[in-house]
Amino acid sequence: MFEATRLNQRNDTRQKLFRFGLGTMTGLLILPVVLILGTLIYKGAPVISFEFLFTGPTKGMTAGGIFPALLGTILLVVVALLASVPLGIAAAIYLSEYASDNWFTRAINLAIINLAGVPSIVHALFGVGAFVIFFQFGTSILAASLTLAIMTLPVVIVATRESLQAVPMAFREACWNMGATRWQTIRRVVLPNAITGILTGVILEVSRTAGETAPIMFTGAAFFLPLLPQDVFDQTMALSLHLFVVSTQVPGMPENLPFGVALVLISMVLLMNSLSIALRMYLRGKKKW
Amino acid sequence: METKTSAKVPAGIDASFDQLNRDWYIDKVVQVLVFIGGISAIVFIIGIFVFISKEGYGFLVGEFNFKEFFFSPNWRPTSESKETFGILALIAGTASVTGLAMLVAIPFSLGTAIFIAEFSSGKTREFLKITVELLAAIPSVVWGFIGLAIMNPIIIQTFNVPVGLNVLNAGIILGLMAAPIMTSIAEDALKAVPDRYREAAEAMGATRWQVIYKVVLPAAKNGLLGAVLLGVGRGFGETMAVLMATGHSINIPTSVFDSVRALTATIAAELGETAAGSPHYQALFTIGIFLFVITFIINLVADLVVRGVRKG
Repeated sequence: MFEATRLNQRNDTRQKLFRFGLGTMTGLLILPVVLILGTLIYKGAPVISFEFLFTGPTKGMTAGGIFPALLGTILLVVVALLASVPLGIAAAIYLSEYASDNWFTRAINLAIINLAGVPSIVHALFGVGAFVIFFQFGTSILAASLTLAIMTLPVVIVATRESLQAVPMAFREACWNMGATRWQTIRRVVLPNAITGILTGVILEVSRTAGETAPIMFTGAAFFLPLLPQDVFDQTMALSLHLFVVSTQVPGMPENLPFGVALVLISMVLLMNSLSIALRMYLRGKKKW
Repeated sequence: METKTSAKVPAGIDASFDQLNRDWYIDKVVQVLVFIGGISAIVFIIGIFVFISKEGYGFLVGEFNFKEFFFSPNWRPTSESKETFGILALIAGTASVTGLAMLVAIPFSLGTAIFIAEFSSGKTREFLKITVELLAAIPSVVWGFIGLAIMNPIIIQTFNVPVGLNVLNAGIILGLMAAPIMTSIAEDALKAVPDRYREAAEAMGATRWQVIYKVVLPAAKNGLLGAVLLGVGRGFGETMAVLMATGHSINIPTSVFDSVRALTATIAAELGETAAGSPHYQALFTIGIFLFVITFIINLVADLVVRGVRKG
């Protein structure tokens, strides 16, 4: 009675075919990247050692380690976060807790989308025009970090706004009914409930900031420096720019050294992202509403 | 005793009024502070436009010649005899690489998005989503290095060509780079289609594929278009990867094995060598203005397209 007709059978094979085809496409998208990462590890891992991570480059960068670049990247990220995290959280609080749905809010959202979408080299030009020249910070850690901060601001804003909006409205209403002001409600009820989500956004921003190259090329990162930076008005080396330099600008580079630099950079970035993802999954497991 | 307690009461009331006043002031101050945070994004976008225009202004009112700038393939900013500032070849470089990247990225990212959203569930789905997210996080300078150190020899060997840094290399690299982001946006768009649409179609006896093809895809059309547009914007603005993988030589490409040079890469490669305020320096900022305007338009259109889906 329920025997499959030929139409059923045809649909069924077709369905399996499509499923298989799409699965293959997914595999083809992921496989090359896995192979590439495998190659990076295969060629880069032998280079990495304690000395590689904690000493400076020697012999015109063809030997030695990456310590100044590693330290520089950490400095750039820290200063950038100091600027962008408070600003980004403030912006997200405004958008989630205060803004109503009008043209002004739409303009802010469009600006955020554009900050994220403007090419990184245009952010670099802005950094040169604004921070290096106009505010006279010169090419310095400060100028580079502020450029990075503005570029990655959308990451913090979007993540924070999402986690603020995930806090149920009933929580706020209960608090308001007790006579609390808006800010008391945000500080005592909304933010504590959203803090882990905000943290995932901050970690994502660390990852983005550490990997960017173009915005810091002309604003504060140097190809090579014999000394470590002393304050935020000094230039610094950076891991991402160092990878560019050792793979394109230095003749007589041993083949494996750039692979080592690439491996350190990508490990740093992927570690941060994995941390953020793990935190998010933990949060989802814990959530009770 | 009694007078003391009765004296205490008004004092207490006074104190709580002070407290309320203070809370009210703090509330107002915070409101102003977060508002400043809110408008900062607009201030920065305007700031970007103002500052790159300020640096490029001298060229725009001086040497700038609309016809030469957009229609001459000769980018010779440092020529001794006669400097020419034509960005046609650079536009062709950017367009060819972005075009090839989209040929790679669009089918793969849409296919993967459909597979993740409609055909997988549970652990597989979670695994694929995390993988895609991690792929999207790989920094562009690492992609450039991959083009340089891994793709380059592979292309030379496979196609027996002298140089492996060309449109093909950069296009594939850029495609792999853009695909994860396009995949997650497209997957969001597919997930935004309400389940009752699918259930209604399945109740009519449609197969999974028929449901996707006839119901889900048309309903998610705008979101998918938005994903493609954002991918184009991303390819257009990518800097380090195209700087390292295109070969960086000025060319209007006739085949995928030609080396080209992109708009973004030109700024990245030359800004460090120019004197601030020189025509060459200002011309690079003018390219920046052009890039800013184009990406602004792409983002605006993508936003309008995606917003259209929410209203409908």
